[in-house]
Amino acid sequence: MTELTDLGVAAIRDGVAGGDFTAGEVASAFNAAIAAAQEALNAFILTTPEAALEAAARVDADRAGGKPLGKMAGVPIGMKDLFATKGTATTAASHILEGFVPPYESTVSQKLWDAGAGMLGKLNLDQFAMGSSNETSAFGNVISPWRRNGDTAPIAPGGSSGGSSAAVSARLAPAATGTDTGGSIRQPAAFTGISGIKPTYGRCSRWGIVAFASSLDQAGPMARDVRDCAIMLEAMAGFDAKDSTSLDLPVPAWETALSGDLRGKKVGIPREYRMDGMDADVAHSWDQGIAWLKDAGAEIVDITLPHTKYALPAYYIIAPAEASSNLARYDGVRFGLRDLPEGAGLQDMYAATRAAGFGAEVKRRILIGTYVLSAGFYDAYYTQAQKVRTLISRDFNAAFQTVDVILAPTAPTAAFGLGEMVSDPLAMYLNDVFAVPASLAGLPAMSVPAGLGREGLPLGLQLIGRPFDEQGVLNAGLAIEARAGFTARPAKWW
Amino acid sequence: MSVDTATVAKIASLARIKITDAELSAMVPELNGILAWIEQLGEVDVTGIEPMTAVIPNHQRLRDDVVGADPLTGGGIRDAVLANAPAAQHGFFGVPKVIE
Repeated sequence: MTELTDLGVAAIRDGVAGGDFTAGEVASAFNAAIAAAQEALNAFILTTPEAALEAAARVDADRAGGKPLGKMAGVPIGMKDLFATKGTATTAASHILEGFVPPYESTVSQKLWDAGAGMLGKLNLDQFAMGSSNETSAFGNVISPWRRNGDTAPIAPGGSSGGSSAAVSARLAPAATGTDTGGSIRQPAAFTGISGIKPTYGRCSRWGIVAFASSLDQAGPMARDVRDCAIMLEAMAGFDAKDSTSLDLPVPAWETALSGDLRGKKVGIPREYRMDGMDADVAHSWDQGIAWLKDAGAEIVDITLPHTKYALPAYYIIAPAEASSNLARYDGVRFGLRDLPEGAGLQDMYAATRAAGFGAEVKRRILIGTYVLSAGFYDAYYTQAQKVRTLISRDFNAAFQTVDVILAPTAPTAAFGLGEMVSDPLAMYLNDVFAVPASLAGLPAMSVPAGLGREGLPLGLQLIGRPFDEQGVLNAGLAIEARAGFTARPAKWW
Repeated sequence: MSVDTATVAKIASLARIKITDAELSAMVPELNGILAWIEQLGEVDVTGIEPMTAVIPNHQRLRDDVVGADPLTGGGIRDAVLANAPAAQHGFFGVPKVIE
């Protein structure tokens, strides 16, 4: 018999509804898997086995009572520790939020609980979601369940949603929430051989998500396949009056409308993404992806996105600028850490608290953001970056006049080893080169597994769609998934 | 544009982050590396281009003008607001003395 922890969202939902097993059995199985893996993988900052069991008991009682079940009924999930959870500590993986227990629940997590999901725990991440390898967490690195062929060196699970990607790929959770500011759902999904979608900016409410860069932050699901992502995104999305940028649109029935038949669709291949010295495995998997989408009936069209090379530098102005402003709230007065040196005044207390609470990467980004917004530099950096952002968005609009969806690699390489990039911030930033343009343009974008590279580590392919067209992205993802036949999973060494 | 030690110290002070001399000297070359890389944005012709304000077109909404219409974001929840404060006193946030 299949282990319950091998099941995804749809299989658990259907199995619970059909009485093949109870939600309680599922929650217990995942709780046990987490307990056995926590020490080795460090995917969770906090585990909440009781919360998972309580949610499961409610679903089992509802089913026994003949009540209607939600979209995620009986599915236990991991919650990235960037979502405020009422009564459960929320850290953003930073010491500065030490002791913070939210008196409210984020809109997205509340929607998931209302849909019948249960919380297995709060997942580790890069501190304030700033990082691409989960090495900036104040709670230690997350170790990917994947290893290179014949090697035991620890591999990065990607970031910032590295706890989410590690947990889902190691079968510690059938799905997890992620957030994506410049690739933080897609890159970790690619690194661990799972699927993840960042919807159109505004689809998921940002209320109750610890803010990093508000014009970019967007929540989304990470799961084992495209269908599971569609189900979970339906449960997460929807209008919220408490988020001024929330889209007041109905949530489409993405799961019902899934179709891998791409006849009549045009897929764009952006020539600027084929960079000099591109990794051979990544180039090969992209070519395979093109062939798969052709096989699904799509017409392949070469397109140009001329400002691609400027997306990353623009991002590294805009995101730190917004972060420096958003993170001004951590002052040692209202919540979290306070460091009050003997005899210190208010200003000294702010500075000491922020020095003690923020990690090195967070400080680096706050300083960059403060600099680019400072008097005399604002126009040269920030305004220029926002103008370039307009041009990047226009590039996509022009491409979507001819094509329905864009296919590109998710990341420039397969996962790297922990510690290999950490000493060079710029090299780390370059990891998001393919992910950031869609973020700057607010577009729905997804990563699906495409295969394994030469070292036995997963590679992802990215699909980028028109605004509001998550369906087109999911459908193209489904077409790739059906042809890639990705069944590889990490050998259980933990 | 590049930054020197004095500039980084000034930025850190604006950002209210206490920074040691050792951190400062490590940060200067790092920030200069990043700033040199983002300089390339200067070569983009942005004549006549408006800076991005909203990535997805949306309209500004006003909520109904009712006090406490949403219990989560309305008033009358002082204790919940103060619950996470490192030093709440007499129904207020406590801070070090600011007036002599």
